[in-house]
Amino acid sequence: MQFDQILQYTLSGLSTGAIYALIGIGFSIIYNATGIINFAQGEFVMLGGLFTLSCLEFLKLPLWAAIPCAIAASTLVGILFERLAIRPLKQPTPINLVIITIGGSILIRGLAMLVWGKDTHSVSPFSGDNPIAIGGATILPQHLWIFAITLIIIFLNKIYFYHTISGKAMRACSYNRRAAGLVGIDVRRMVLFSFIISSAMGAVAGIIIAPLTMTAYDVGVMLGLKGFCAAIIGGMSSGLSTVIGGLILGVLESLGAGLISSGYKDAIAFIILLLILFIRPQGLFGKSDSERV
Amino acid sequence: MNIKVMNVVLAAVTLLFSANVFAASPIKIGALFAVTGPAAFLGEPERNSAEMVVNEINRAGGVKGRKLELVVYDTSGDATKAVQLATKLIKDDKVVAIIGPSTTGETMAVIPVAERGRVPLISCSAGSKITDPVKKWIFKTAQNDSLAVGRIYEYLQKTKQTKVSILTVSDGFGASGREQLKSQAAKYGITVVSDDTYGPKDTDMTAQLTKIRGSHSQTIICWGTNPGPALVAKNVRQLGIKTPLFMSHGVSSKKFIELAGDAAEGVKLPSGKVVVADLLPGSDKQKKSLMAFVKDYQKHYNTEGDHFGGHAWDAVMLIKNAVNNGAGSAAGIRDQLEKTRGFAGIGGTFNYSTTDHAGLGKDAFVLVEVKKKDWMIVK
Repeated sequence: MQFDQILQYTLSGLSTGAIYALIGIGFSIIYNATGIINFAQGEFVMLGGLFTLSCLEFLKLPLWAAIPCAIAASTLVGILFERLAIRPLKQPTPINLVIITIGGSILIRGLAMLVWGKDTHSVSPFSGDNPIAIGGATILPQHLWIFAITLIIIFLNKIYFYHTISGKAMRACSYNRRAAGLVGIDVRRMVLFSFIISSAMGAVAGIIIAPLTMTAYDVGVMLGLKGFCAAIIGGMSSGLSTVIGGLILGVLESLGAGLISSGYKDAIAFIILLLILFIRPQGLFGKSDSERV
Repeated sequence: MNIKVMNVVLAAVTLLFSANVFAASPIKIGALFAVTGPAAFLGEPERNSAEMVVNEINRAGGVKGRKLELVVYDTSGDATKAVQLATKLIKDDKVVAIIGPSTTGETMAVIPVAERGRVPLISCSAGSKITDPVKKWIFKTAQNDSLAVGRIYEYLQKTKQTKVSILTVSDGFGASGREQLKSQAAKYGITVVSDDTYGPKDTDMTAQLTKIRGSHSQTIICWGTNPGPALVAKNVRQLGIKTPLFMSHGVSSKKFIELAGDAAEGVKLPSGKVVVADLLPGSDKQKKSLMAFVKDYQKHYNTEGDHFGGHAWDAVMLIKNAVNNGAGSAAGIRDQLEKTRGFAGIGGTFNYSTTDHAGLGKDAFVLVEVKKKDWMIVK
């Protein structure tokens, strides 16, 4: 009986963790390419879910057409955000950029509230909602979709960053912007690409979780923060470490809520973040920064 | 001679006009609703209902020849803002009564302001401690959550499902409900076998429900407001939990059924009678005002009038009755409110007195069940 419970907690935790992982990778990609922490990342998640809702309800598109449209729309918002808020900056100091991204996230949230209202909306699951039993625990088909799509995205990411020219160029920017610029990489174009990829990934995360958690104009806040925690745990890498970080975060949160106390669910996520920042700020898997003097 | 006549005519005309201005001074009623923000599902229908009934009263000629003027401020569900706006209503707008606020947290913050300003406050929120202990200037129209809990427990005692697990949201509404659920259990022979909470923005309650499943209780009572309980209902279905699920009156609106979908089927909850107005027997005293309210709201706002809008409707009507009985000043309205007896409103039949400023009894709630995406009265 105890084992069944722990299995259930773990499975729920893994699926929430997968979402955190997707959002965390979004944070990492932008950070690696530009040095900015894009606090508006959570809002792209929200936009993914809400655009899908609009495509399904107002444009009456079938699900397989609504999803690409929603991703495209969120990516468009991401591009506009980069062009209008990030690029014109003459003095891209970290504090300026943080303030701008936080301001941008509040703006996007406010516009979403005006367009879609303050209500919560439900989105129908991709393939029905009959529970599937695994051992003594149950999950929904939507959880399987989450696992599958997360794996595919991670895989695509890996291919992009390690086997395509523009992916390698983006990695070069993250190692050393100056040098990358000197060898002929258009650094500003890389910034744009990083926003495109992150906003698309955020949108996908929002779309696959919307049938489970329902979507509203303010789901981006908590999800964004938890995704940020996942990214920190993974050491801001855009690969497997952040995924593992997200999964660990999701499972620990779920186990904590079930075994310790449900009221402290959010606190557990942030306590983990604080511990990581105090004890191992480079993340569980990162190498510590060292400077040559 | 001509100039003298002119002067007399001028004086007469001026006097006539000023007499008009005197008679037409409107009765200023202030309102604090959480139209935006997390409590918007309360504030928006409340504001809509209040405006609708004030316009209706004014179109019918006002009260004792005076029009009602409603001054609405949006508190966004924020207690600090509510206090500032309450002060503004009393000092700047010089209102003679205040309706609202929409939530218990805001109301508790505004109470001292109303008492200091000596203006009657008719709150639209449910917390029992608003009128318990009784405060001279404070009234409420929303049913006490203690009545809702009593309704559920009464039913459970009757059907012998006395082992309950409670799952409450960690905000003011949920905390107040939890307090009531625990304190009233012994009176009805109920044992609370497990006590869990969830955050208002949580997206997954399977952890808490797994624990509840392991506790072998006979009933699960979930106390919160949308969207949390809808998620709880969905998670219950996902985990294959067959224990009966009860909710609070916080979700007695069609929105809950919409959000929870198939998972809402079979859920029972205490609700104000407005959601099942058409199913009530003709002998029910409230049926007439309920049907009128539902029809009116549908006509004006294209959506069903709900339980929450009813609180504001009741408040405006109570003030109207107080003015009709001769009150004009804030203190006069307060005195008349206290004398209200047998007013069949949307929330129930109101009987205020010097020791009871909540005014409602057990008839305020009726136990309903969700069947085929609509409400059914449970016998």
